[in-house]
This record gives sequence, structure tokens and C-alpha cells, in this order.
Amino acid sequence: MQPILQIQGVSKRYEAHQALNQVSFEVPKGSIFGLLGPNGAGKTSLIRIITQITGPDEGRVFFEGQPLQPHHVKEIGYLPEERGLYKKMKVGEQLVYLARLRGLSKAEAVQKIKAWAQRLDLTTWLTKNVEDLSKGMQQKVQFIASVLHEPKLLILDEPFSGFDPVNANLIKDEILQLRDQGCTIIFSTHRMESVEQLCDEIVLINQSQIVLSGIVREVRARFRTQTYLVEGRGKLLITSPDFKVLQQTQQGNKFTAQVQLENNTGPNDLLRYLIERVEVHLLQETVPSIHDIFVQTVQQTSRQ
Amino acid sequence: MDKIWLVFQREYLVRVRKKSFIVMTILGPLLMALVMIVPVGLMMMSDDTKTIQVLDESGLFADKFVSNEDFRYVPVPGPVEAAKTNYLASEDAGLLYIPQLDIDKPRGIQLFSQKSASMTVISALEKQVKQELEAIKFAKSGIDQKVLDQIKTSVDINTVNLSTEGEKSSNVGITSLAGFMGAFLIYLFIFIYGAQIMRGVIEEKTSRILEVMVSSVKPFQLMAGKIMGIAAVGLTQFLLWIVLTSAVYAGVSSAFKLDRFSEAKIGQTVQTMQTEKDAAQAQEIHEALSAVQNLNLPLLVGGFLFYFLGGYLLYGALFGAVGAAVDSETDSQQFMMPITIPLILSFIVAQTIIMKDPNGPVAFWMSMIPLTSPVVMMLRLPFGVPGWELALSMVLLMAGFVGTIWVAARIYRVGILMYGKKITYRELSKWMFYKG
Repeated sequence: MQPILQIQGVSKRYEAHQALNQVSFEVPKGSIFGLLGPNGAGKTSLIRIITQITGPDEGRVFFEGQPLQPHHVKEIGYLPEERGLYKKMKVGEQLVYLARLRGLSKAEAVQKIKAWAQRLDLTTWLTKNVEDLSKGMQQKVQFIASVLHEPKLLILDEPFSGFDPVNANLIKDEILQLRDQGCTIIFSTHRMESVEQLCDEIVLINQSQIVLSGIVREVRARFRTQTYLVEGRGKLLITSPDFKVLQQTQQGNKFTAQVQLENNTGPNDLLRYLIERVEVHLLQETVPSIHDIFVQTVQQTSRQ
Repeated sequence: MDKIWLVFQREYLVRVRKKSFIVMTILGPLLMALVMIVPVGLMMMSDDTKTIQVLDESGLFADKFVSNEDFRYVPVPGPVEAAKTNYLASEDAGLLYIPQLDIDKPRGIQLFSQKSASMTVISALEKQVKQELEAIKFAKSGIDQKVLDQIKTSVDINTVNLSTEGEKSSNVGITSLAGFMGAFLIYLFIFIYGAQIMRGVIEEKTSRILEVMVSSVKPFQLMAGKIMGIAAVGLTQFLLWIVLTSAVYAGVSSAFKLDRFSEAKIGQTVQTMQTEKDAAQAQEIHEALSAVQNLNLPLLVGGFLFYFLGGYLLYGALFGAVGAAVDSETDSQQFMMPITIPLILSFIVAQTIIMKDPNGPVAFWMSMIPLTSPVVMMLRLPFGVPGWELALSMVLLMAGFVGTIWVAARIYRVGILMYGKKITYRELSKWMFYKG
């Protein structure tokens, strides 16, 4: 299937600062795509190029196989990290205004706003001024504004920052539902828990370059360190040179340990070794979390 | 284009629906009318008749003090001490004491009053005494009062504009006033509505709506829509003021029967006047009114609209750029200065040099430079400006606002997405050469 977005060799400079350097990747249709990176890595610069707020110095961007054009604004929804609303405007009018700027007719806009307001419990607030709304409500309004025109591609920059857990869950469910309806979502964040829960694929940008990319499961697999978590009864004492104990705790007759395999041994070798000595309750591979991978990769690439 | 229209609509409607807009629209003409009416009213209010007691020991002024609208004179008996005591018991405005006088050196005339006497009272009394003494002196020297009255001459120069289209009586006072009003309105509107553009941009920046906006509209469209929307607000207010003011004028003119002074009826009106003084005043009002009618109103209104819009667009773009470059209104001062200086300068110079010499070199150059031409040309317009000068000035103004809008749009485009950074002039100049 044709990817919804292709980024090819995109570079962007601001005076002395290189914001993006030869960045290339593809976003498959219907996925939730994580755009990760520490602050100042170039995520927002890249997003501003995709949303056509700025243009790249070099490289090209394709939307559904076509070079990015002004009319693609209608197909893209954007919830920026720095987001707000006109304070002195009525919620409903404001949503109509923003929707019409994205190419919706007034009637369409009104109809869709009603549906969304009902879904997110905002109906009674549509005639109120934005400044009368709580922060959580305003965030709901901002979210609605970014999805009203039913974009094929939705870009969310730190969507959960400032949300309370209840609203964060609500929005998370909406995001998943949008994905199920065929919308592609680019999800930019530096909060890794949500990445693991939501994303199908990621790219990790550090210092204006892509340092890591792929399907979340595969990326984690790539970072396997042949480390296993073992738990059981007895006194664990490993003397074999094939197994290296990284960490071990003993509580009375119970033990927990992290064991790394060496010399091309497999988990079965470890299990055989253990069964002869202790009672094994658990043997599980420890796969690094995206958070660990993020920290490790960023530190490595920053050092270079 | 339809996006500019959407932005335009929002900017316009949000402002026009504000309470402050409605209040100002109604209050504006009333305030202006008040500014004109209050001083007149106050003068009229203090116009009640004052009673002055007169103690004349010289005997020169017997029956000479004739009561009129302003003063009622009451002769009182002496001696002066008794008169003072009586006066204190009364509520009269003053006690005029005239001792025995040497006609050549009249000294010792005193006005006793319970409150400090006003300048008008003193000068009126001085004039009265002086006239009487002069009359006595004339009589002594054998000069007849009637001869004297004949010698007194009043001169009033009427100015007439001569052109190939014929003569037109002009009135320098009215002409200057018309130009000044136009210039002042342009000056005022640029300031009020230019500042509104700046505030609007800063508000969008601080409320963090801009990034959402520029992902759907080009920054230039946003700026253009905003500037035009606010211009429309200004014009709406201006039109409403004209309508309201005309209504007020109609009211005033029927209340004061200004109709009497029109071309058709002036002769008749002058004849009905009782005194020569009133007739002269009527003639003066007629001349002022006809000078207003003789102004080239289509040219003035057309010129006003052009220079208002041109000046507003030029300054509006600059104000918008300042708004984009700063984070809050308090930071805007350093960038406001260079923008406001030409505007203030043109207005100050307008009142002095240009009013005195509306066709001099200062006036000429200032009406060519786009930053000053809206105010200065408006001032010159009623005095008659050669066609080529007007055309050149208009072309330069158009070129000027296209230029400033280009510069402003570039600053705007970069500035609106910069948060929390203090901007210097050097950075501003770099922004102009950033690529898309």
C-alpha cells in the first residue's frame, strides 16, 4: 500500500542552527506513527514543514504520492504543542471559523461540531465564551478543531501535555478510534509510556538526524540483550561462566535475578542449569522498553 | 482569497459586536458636539445681569452709565464709607467708586467687590469710563462725536480663489479647518486602529492560536485579512459618525435657523437685523457657511478616503509586524518609536509650517514621502494642489504601502512563531531574508 507521507532528504537551517539534516522516512497509511526525540531535536521543525507552515531548504515531501501542495491543508489536521484559542469568541463560532479555514462549508461545520460536542460532552458550552471554559474543556475544543474536517493525516504534537488523566484517556480512546476509521496519526512526544501503548511505528530524531526507526516490536527486539528475569525458591548461586548475573535479590527462601546469557547459550541452557539447583517459578526475557532505548540511543548519538 | 475573506469577516464581526465599539460610535459625535457646545453654553450661563453700584463724587458721569444686558447700574449716595457698608449688606456684584477726577490724569477709581471681580467685568467698566472721559475731552477740544463716528472705519478683506473655472470666494479659516480636520482624523485613525492591529497580533501570539491558524492559512492572508477587517471597522465607525453628526447638524441648524444665512435668504435676513452689528454678524455667518459649501467636497472626501486607506495600510502593516516581533505590549515600545515619530512629526509640522505655507518646500516634500503624506497632503488638499503633485504623491503612497507590506509580511511570518525571545533590530533585518 502507498504510504500516506514520504519524507525524502529533508534539511532545514536557521542561521547557525541546523534544525534538520537529510531526514527521510515514510508513514504508512492507517498507522499511529511516533515521532520521537528530545527537546530541540527538530521534531517541531519537521512538523512545520509537513503542515506547510515553513518549507524545507532541501528535500521533498509527498502526500499520498503527490508533492505536498497548499490544497493538502484540507487533508491534514494539526494540534500544535503551543496551542490556544481566541479567548473572546464563542466556542461554537470559533470551531466553525477554524473548520471553514480548513475548507469545510458552514453547514457541514455546524453539523460536525454538534456531533463532536455531543461525543465529548461539550454541547452546553458551545454558546459560551472560550475564556469561561476550564483548561480541560479548552483542550477538548482544540482537539475537536484539529479533527473536524476529517483529515486523512492527523498530527498531534505532545497531545497529552496539560491533560488530566481522565481527559488524557478520553483523547487516547478518540485517537485509537480515529485510527480504526482509517486516519493516519503522527504522534510527536517525548513521553515514552504513551508511545508503547499507542504507536505502531516510530522514528527517533536526535540532533537533527534520524537515529532510529522501525516498527515498535522490531525496534525493541533489535535492542534485546539476551537478558532474562528469573524467579524461584531456593538459594541462587551462579558460578557458570556462561551466565552473568546482573542483579540479584534474595528474600528468605525466594530469589529474583537478572541473568545475561553469554558464549552463545540459549534460554534452555539457563533453564537446565537452574533446574538442577533451585525451584524455578518464572523465566522471562527482559526486552528493553522504548524509554530505555530512547535514553540509550540519545546518549550514544549525542556523545558522537 | 476566500481565506482572507474569512479572516476579514472574523476580525470585523468580533470588533463591531464589542460593546465598546457601539458605545464609542454613539458617544463619538456627542462628545465632539459637547466639546463645541460646552464652552459656548458656559459662556451663556455666566451671562446673567450683574448689578454694579456707582458712587460718583466727580459728577462727570451722571446718567452716563446706561444699564444693558450685562450690567445694571445703580447710583448710590456717599460718603464712600457709608456706601461700602451698604454694599456689604447687599448681594450686588460690585461698588464702583469714582472720586473727584482730574480729566487728564484720572486716578483713584476703585471697584469694591465681595468676590474677586472677573477680567471681563473690569475691562467692561474701564472701557465705559474711558469712553466717557474721551467724549468729555473731545467735546472740550471741539470735536463732534458724530464726526468721530464717521471717521471710524471697519475693514474686512474677502479672499477669492481665482482659477480658469471662475471665481470662488474662499475663506482661509474654513479652508484650513477642513484640511486640519481631515488630517487630524487620519492621524487619529491610524493611531487607534494601527494599535488595534498590533494588539490583535499580540493577542493571537499570547493565546497561542497562531500556530493553529498558520497551518490553515498563509501568514500573509492572515495579516491581510486582519488589516482589512480592522480598516472596515474604522470606516464603519467613521460612516456612522458622519450619519450621526449630520443628524446632529440638522438638529442644530433647525434649532438656530441656520437656513436664514443661505445664499437665497441672506439679503432678507440682513435687512431684518435690528442693529448694524447684528447685520455684520449675519453676513459673517453667511460667508463661513458658503465657504464650507464652496470647498471641493468630492475631492476632499475622495482624498480623505484614499489617504486614510493608504496611510492606514502602510502603518497598519508596520504595526502588525511590530506585534509579531514582540511577546507583549510592554515590549513593543522600542519598535513603536520609529514608526510613530514620522506620524507625530507630520502632525506637528502640519500645525505650524504647513498651515502658514501650504505650498512651500516643506509641505511639498512631506506630502511626497509616504510616511508623512497621508496627514500632510490631506492638510494641503483644501488649498488646491497641482494635479501632478497629487498624482505623484498617490503613486508614491501606493508604492510605499506595497513595500511596507512586503517587509511586514516577512517579519510577521517569522515573528508569529517565535515565543519568549527578545528581538533586536539586527534579528529583524535577518528575518527578511529567510526562505519560505
